[in-house]
Amino acid sequence: MENYKNDYLQYSPSEDGIAVIMMDAVNEPTNLFSWEFIESYAEAARRAIADDAVQGVIVTSAKRDFMAGADLRVISNPPAEGAVILKNLLKTHELLREIEKSPKPFVAAINGNAYGGGFELALTCNRRIALDGNYKFSLPEVQIGVFPGGGGTQRLPYLTGIANALAFILQPKEVKPQQALKDNLIDEVVAGKDELMAAAKRYIQNNPSAVQPWDDKKYKIPGGGIMTPNGMQTIIGSIGLFQKETHGNYPGGENALSAIYNGLQLPMDRALEVEARYFVKTLNSPVGKNMIRTLFFAMNDAKKGKSKPQGFPEYRVNRLGILGAGMMGAGIANVSAAAGMQVVLKDVTREAAEKGKNHTEKQLNDRLAKGKITPEKARDILGRINPVTEVEALKDCDFIIEAVFENPQLKAQVTRETEAVLGKDKIFGSNTSTLPITELAKASERPANFIGIHFFSPVEKMPLVEIIVGKETSDRTLAATIDFVTQIKKVPIVVNDSPGFFTSRVFGTYTGEGALLLTEGVAPALIENVARRAGMPVGPLAVSDEVSMTLMLGILKLNPNKQEHHERLIQLYQHLAEELQRPGKKQGKGFYDYPAGEKKKLWQGLAELYPANGNSEQITAETIQKRLLHIMALESCRCLDEGVLNNSKDGDLGSILGIGFPPYTGGVFSYIDTVGIAQFVTDCDAFRELYGVRWQVPDSLRERTKDNRKFY
Amino acid sequence: MDAYIFDSVRTVRGKGNDKGSLIGITPTALLVECLNALRERNNLDTTQVEDMIVGCVTQVMDQGANIAKTAAQQSGYGNHLSGATVNRFCGSGLEAVNQVAAYVKAGFKDLAIGGGVENMSRVKMASDGGAMAADPSVALPGHFVPQGISADLIASKYGFSRDALDSFAATSHQRAAEAEKNGRFNRSRISVKDVNNFVVLDKDENIRPTTTTESLAQLKPSFAQLGSIAGFDAVAIDRYPEVEFIQHVHHPGNSSAIVDGAALTLVGSKSAGEALGLKPLARIRSAAVSGTEPTIMLLGPVPATQAALKKAGMSKDDVDLYEVNEAFAVVPLYFMEQMDIPHEKVNVNGGAIAMGHPLGATGCMLLGTVLDELERRNLQTGLITLCIGGGMGIATIIERV
Repeated sequence: MENYKNDYLQYSPSEDGIAVIMMDAVNEPTNLFSWEFIESYAEAARRAIADDAVQGVIVTSAKRDFMAGADLRVISNPPAEGAVILKNLLKTHELLREIEKSPKPFVAAINGNAYGGGFELALTCNRRIALDGNYKFSLPEVQIGVFPGGGGTQRLPYLTGIANALAFILQPKEVKPQQALKDNLIDEVVAGKDELMAAAKRYIQNNPSAVQPWDDKKYKIPGGGIMTPNGMQTIIGSIGLFQKETHGNYPGGENALSAIYNGLQLPMDRALEVEARYFVKTLNSPVGKNMIRTLFFAMNDAKKGKSKPQGFPEYRVNRLGILGAGMMGAGIANVSAAAGMQVVLKDVTREAAEKGKNHTEKQLNDRLAKGKITPEKARDILGRINPVTEVEALKDCDFIIEAVFENPQLKAQVTRETEAVLGKDKIFGSNTSTLPITELAKASERPANFIGIHFFSPVEKMPLVEIIVGKETSDRTLAATIDFVTQIKKVPIVVNDSPGFFTSRVFGTYTGEGALLLTEGVAPALIENVARRAGMPVGPLAVSDEVSMTLMLGILKLNPNKQEHHERLIQLYQHLAEELQRPGKKQGKGFYDYPAGEKKKLWQGLAELYPANGNSEQITAETIQKRLLHIMALESCRCLDEGVLNNSKDGDLGSILGIGFPPYTGGVFSYIDTVGIAQFVTDCDAFRELYGVRWQVPDSLRERTKDNRKFY
Repeated sequence: MDAYIFDSVRTVRGKGNDKGSLIGITPTALLVECLNALRERNNLDTTQVEDMIVGCVTQVMDQGANIAKTAAQQSGYGNHLSGATVNRFCGSGLEAVNQVAAYVKAGFKDLAIGGGVENMSRVKMASDGGAMAADPSVALPGHFVPQGISADLIASKYGFSRDALDSFAATSHQRAAEAEKNGRFNRSRISVKDVNNFVVLDKDENIRPTTTTESLAQLKPSFAQLGSIAGFDAVAIDRYPEVEFIQHVHHPGNSSAIVDGAALTLVGSKSAGEALGLKPLARIRSAAVSGTEPTIMLLGPVPATQAALKKAGMSKDDVDLYEVNEAFAVVPLYFMEQMDIPHEKVNVNGGAIAMGHPLGATGCMLLGTVLDELERRNLQTGLITLCIGGGMGIATIIERV
């Protein structure tokens, strides 16, 4: 009976026959599932199993989390060989199965977040007892292109049934302790850490011998096994639904489905092997690699504010001023108040300012009704928003966000008014989506403190904030803005000033290419369906309707370097928006009709406007898809060349979070890598011949083909 | 060597649900009824029948474990009678006859029986599972959709309106009712009896003479929910992105009815017939199958028919009467449009929309039906074709002698 401690855990058997494995990663902020961890976990478990004085084991954590998931660094950075990962995974399963098969009870005493591998580790225990609290159980892996590869796909269905397990793995559904109990993922919820340990101890004392449900021949999966009529119906329906959501672009979920269908017909030892083989296949797919790179590593770096210039202490925004309480201003007020800031929400009239505050009230009421927030917390958030009309109210603000109409004169006026009362060292950010920051900064007395801070709509849902550095913007201002964005828990990318910045500029090529395809006589349904199948959330024509062709027309007309295709687009938008009065969704008429209470339908008149000329039959869906995605990637290359983007990772992250570039690609630059630089250039060259100068390949990209120099 | 048809029998078809007349009659018993009829009608020396191949789709429970041999053993034909069960989904019954014919043409068998059975009220459709729909590693890359979605996809892609489908369906009922009234099914159709030899059904149970296009217009589409809630419309559109949306136009009234029934055909060489005093009714000229794209699934009758015609050295106009299985109304409509064949030559006595589609048996039933009608009209050539799940088609050409 000996205590010991290593980098991962502490093992302490005690006099009363209970051994505790206290997970406590010494060099990390949280416990992570890694090969090294598993080895030391298995060593401790084996010791307990071999020790006759030990009746059972409590597995718990000294950290705030129970375990935050797998350590993706060990498998991705640098990328490990598939065969090595498979070997390690199979070894992991062997060790965990050895522990499971021992009759000695293992109890997971869960004290905090159990994500991914942490949740899966808990599933290998005979009983899961959770501390009540505001934390989660989840298997989030599909969001980064993979799936739970620590036995989760095989063990979860036995506990919660196939349908619910699929929800956890594919959506992925996440739950707090009380719901986890209802879902049969855990066995008990207790209050207080002492009670947690006491309950675990009680279980061990009352259950000297334990067997896992999947090892119990009499056990029935809730709702029936995979080969029951219910199981078959569930899996068939899930296949259809998953394909509807993902269009065959996400091998993570697909391989999870396959592993579940296949493995649930097998004994657990062999089922885990099936899962492991599919997991390695997924990890080694381009989608897995791309999504992990962008949506895990790049995303986490951005969230932590890694692009912040060095040497500046944290700029704490306690009081935020917002100019303009419209949709964007109101949304920014909502998220900032939720992050604990005092918000001064200014508009011209009392009504307008109050309306902006009401937006938050409405959202809070919705969350209250769903039980997602306590009344006290909701009252506090709302109380932090102060609707005003007088500019003096802004004088103590640390940070200003201007969100008035996209009118340079108006913006200049409010900039001057505000600066007159604002502290000299405070930051002024403009939430413009298109107007050049350097130009707007000319109205400022202190252009070094002036910056672009582009939010996306709806603010509550869209995680990205595009920070635009103007010519005069100082590093201090940039550092402060990044601090502010991370304080409100958004994801910043930093770009340099240029018309449309990065996101709007690239997005315009997507709507443009879709409309140009239409003018060539390609059937609109084909364009829209291929775009969605390619993974875009909305087709180019539908999204043009949402943005409104009037707005796009305005931006196009302002472009000083119009090319031939711009003229064609101007003609098209003019014809539709002005002559035919079909500017878009808001007016109920655009490329689509929007009949009340029905789904939108493509306007039949498009067929007459651009009659079928055989192009729909000649062009392949593959070409349409390439044109829609390549054009965005190509424009992103120009952004990188021109210094609008500082690096490809910002482009990858920004393209996914800002304009809905398909997440499975890992973003615009990962997409080029995956297509292959040479193939991408060949495609663009061919399109240059057929469709015009917008397909001109930049020299920098052509240069890369010489030595196949990838972005990653 | 040629393969000749000496006789073809089919049971009446009972509704394939809890209220259907044949629910208590096992699929084995249905086959035995047909075997008894072949023996009695032909005064058949059963010792000369070498083998029986039976098509059956859902080969589990009552229909599992090789129902062909099960029925052979039960029939009293003798222990020598062998049996094999085949599954080419909805083409199974015709496939079984084609296989027997091919054995005869090859000289491997002289006299054998081919046909099919399905008691759909006892053994539910799709209760045999299978990887095609359920294994994600198969279904996802295959863009699997349920058949009804495929039928609606054909209608959406090729522009067949609900009204056109309903009108076709009403005609099926009217033609079947007319044929029934005039006793045109009586030559091959047999009643089904219980264990006491009491008749439990002597007419096809599903024909509704009062059906009209207008009455069918009241029915709700069957596959709209499967398309939206289970996501299969989107799966179909991923494969056919030129289709803006799927129009759900099929419903129980313009799709084949779910029924119970069996059918068998006695096939052999000329010399075998002569030795037993059997009169050949027709010759099997050619047969073909064809695979097609699986998501749209049901276009197979066209390429299969073209292949069968080519093998027979015939053109479509050489065929006097066509039987195109009415799995869904859109299937024969698409067939007639693509092949440019008038409705007057197709399913002249109605089809599965009126009388039902006992999956494994239908192919053999259609063969008997067209043979009877060729005789009645004193015509020469008939072609039977069926669309098949998973993306297949089958066709057989017969010729009276």
